[in-house]
Amino acid sequence: MAAPDLTRYTLDNGLRVVLAPDPTAPVVGVSVHYDVGFRSEPEGRTGFAHLFEHLMFQGSESLEKLAHFRYVQSSGGTFNGSTHPDYTDYFEVLPAAALERALFLEADRMRAPKLTAENLANQIDVVKEEIRLNVLNRPYGGFPWILLPPVLYKTFPNAHNGYGDFTDLEQASLEDCAAFFDTYYAPANAVLTVAGDFTVDNARELIERHFGDVPARPKPPRPSFAEPPPAGELRGEQLDPHAPLPALAVGYRMPDPINDLDGYLANLVLGGVLGDGDGARLQQRLVHREPLVTDLGAGAGLFGPFEARDPDVFTITAIHAPEVEPDRILGALDEELEKLAAAPPDEQELARVTARWAAGLHSEHDRLVSRTLAFGSFELLYDDPALVATLADRIAAVTSDDVAAAAKALRPDSRAVLVVKPEQEGK
Amino acid sequence: MTSTSHRTAEEIGRTERGPRPVPELGEQRAAADLSHVDTVLANGLRVLAVRKATVPLVEVRLWIPFAGDDELHPATAEVLAETLLTGTAKRDRVAIDTELALIGGEIGVGVDPERLSFNGNALASGLPTLLDVFADVLTGASYVDAEVARESERLVERLAVARTQPRTIAREALQKHRYGSHPATREVPHAEDIVKVTPEGVRALHAASVLPRGATMVIVGDIDPEKVVGDIERAFSGWGTNGSVKVLAPLPELTGGDVLFVPRPGAVQSQIRLSAQAVPRTDPRYAALQITNFVFGGYFSSRLVENIREDKGYTYGAHSGFEFTGASAVVNVDADTASDVTAAALLETRYELGKLGLVPPTESEVESARQYAIGSLVTSTASQTGLAGQLTALASTGLGLDWVAAHPERLAAVTVDDVAQAALDFFAPGRFTGVVVGDAEKLGPKLTALGGVTVGEPS
Repeated sequence: MAAPDLTRYTLDNGLRVVLAPDPTAPVVGVSVHYDVGFRSEPEGRTGFAHLFEHLMFQGSESLEKLAHFRYVQSSGGTFNGSTHPDYTDYFEVLPAAALERALFLEADRMRAPKLTAENLANQIDVVKEEIRLNVLNRPYGGFPWILLPPVLYKTFPNAHNGYGDFTDLEQASLEDCAAFFDTYYAPANAVLTVAGDFTVDNARELIERHFGDVPARPKPPRPSFAEPPPAGELRGEQLDPHAPLPALAVGYRMPDPINDLDGYLANLVLGGVLGDGDGARLQQRLVHREPLVTDLGAGAGLFGPFEARDPDVFTITAIHAPEVEPDRILGALDEELEKLAAAPPDEQELARVTARWAAGLHSEHDRLVSRTLAFGSFELLYDDPALVATLADRIAAVTSDDVAAAAKALRPDSRAVLVVKPEQEGK
Repeated sequence: MTSTSHRTAEEIGRTERGPRPVPELGEQRAAADLSHVDTVLANGLRVLAVRKATVPLVEVRLWIPFAGDDELHPATAEVLAETLLTGTAKRDRVAIDTELALIGGEIGVGVDPERLSFNGNALASGLPTLLDVFADVLTGASYVDAEVARESERLVERLAVARTQPRTIAREALQKHRYGSHPATREVPHAEDIVKVTPEGVRALHAASVLPRGATMVIVGDIDPEKVVGDIERAFSGWGTNGSVKVLAPLPELTGGDVLFVPRPGAVQSQIRLSAQAVPRTDPRYAALQITNFVFGGYFSSRLVENIREDKGYTYGAHSGFEFTGASAVVNVDADTASDVTAAALLETRYELGKLGLVPPTESEVESARQYAIGSLVTSTASQTGLAGQLTALASTGLGLDWVAAHPERLAAVTVDDVAQAALDFFAPGRFTGVVVGDAEKLGPKLTALGGVTVGEPS
């Protein structure tokens, strides 16, 4: 990606701002990232960060319930929000003429969201339907993002279900909402990003006009979620009432994504060498040559890379035939990792992975919504939104020895193995 | 719960200054014109090439009409799609993947009852290789026995997974209920058919149906459209000129009727799927119908979403939208709901359908939907992938970039009366049919009490 023309500054109330003008299409993206995700939920309130994300759409001092959606869409825009382990984001993409309106909408809910008992009850129902849709009523629901962490991790922040248990969701109170907002949704704990068709001077003036008087509150201390890697192999099992075939997820701890970025990137390249495309090592061996599994994936993060601080997880997942024992798959996996550790991949093998990463990053950032969110999350996690533009080069600089070292670190005696079994075998 | 001192919810929702007015919209700049070529090659392939140089990439879509009446067609077509990229005389499976990887590229192949579709992309500098691989597999895919056997095995396992997905179950039931035994209903082949597919059968299907005459290629990206057409002409010169693609027979017109309740024991959620005849993008009423659909359930600020999600909490997502097949179109209404509120959600959905014609959309509802239709078209076509997808969808009815450019004007010309008429003409509850899939014990009595619901398996 070409070096973006970025402007960064901080308002008096602590809100960090990233501006990335680009006139190629008459549209703008606006996002707000808050530095709180589901790892910060207290015990007894699993799923709260995500539930709260829903409530932020339910009205604010100047906007009745439903008005947020109506103003964005009747301006020709689209919107959404999402909750990650370490942050929650809110975003709109609109025709450029709606920039001020989008800034107003985000500012109004940052300043004074309307948290009511009625909306809370309604959104608890909606979130429960979301969980039924995505987890309870479908095969492999929550695999592996909900099911693997409790096997790999021991502490509540890392191990619990980020979608939440129904009993916890039902007990969420307005008091909880008020405390969560006042603690975590301070302007100093957030990043505002604007990308697309606008001028910097105009955007600065509009941002000051709408966000300037959001009162400052202290930035909450960010706890460490560190915990030691597993001292042996950990195993877990899950019965799935809908799955027709068994599945397997293997989770390894990765280098610190923030403080050891190059080590982390070596793992991304390793993921490509193992799993990306028919020529990748595990695809060739496990899917085509032996063959032991139907489909296979390898990569970083529960929902993808660059969405969490330490600790983060490298996962390998596979769906396989009932007659294949998980240990056969694990044995083949360990052999391939040992081979890589002993004999580093050749240049062509690396080139195929890095060229696909370069093209993938270009493609992702061609979509304004993804580009806006990337600037925001890299500002939040790395203090460096410009990193977005240099990632492809950093990935291309990963050496064969780096990949071999990353493979060597994925040890069988320090991993989590989750086995998913169909509840009705042979169905 | 996390801080020792905080304000109450009520204090948080109030400021001294009080509510503020929402800013007006500023002035909108029009999207730049894109240079493009829309032409038909000597071998009959339509090529739509557009320069959009926002990133150094190129997106390629190829759609080949690919219908077949043979009992084994869906299974053979599925195996063909899964095996197309496993080798040619020049390249084996790994070589294909490696060459594509080195140009940052990928090609994906999919098939449905109407067409065989290819999605390809690469760094723009790799376009010659991308076209060479495309031409190689289109003219020389070899379908060696071992690859066909292995891909068939994997397909059987993947189909087992697909058939446990509630949305797949509901879709299959809806197709059978509304279209009977029309070939369009055979979207997911059966495992027992897959095992009957032979490499000879796959090769014969390729020879008979993977043809350029009647197919469309869309190419968008950092390219020179004039030059790229010549490059494609040369790369594809060996791709057959005998015969034409096989086009799916027209779908029967939907006339409305009972909703079929399909039992799925133990389901914790139900799928509501309703459907009615609509008109395609080429119809003069389409722009009005599109706005009407947004008002009903086509976006978040719609009557249906505001009722059954934001007011009643029955569903995470309710949605209505168009499905285009050949020259025809239908409008589908979907919602997934908890078992104990399914009947109530169906009742509210029918109520909103009826109300749309009787209490027609207001000026402000129409204006909101109009702006959304125009704005989302601009946003969705601002990226290479978005534009390529949009153009591919248009190409099957002969439309192209001119349609995208002129559509905002058509939307701007729609009147409130046009929308009221479209609501009556197309959204009346009696025009709909459909299915509900869910737990019979919890749903059966309530659903049948509503009326207009029959219980059973789709014929």
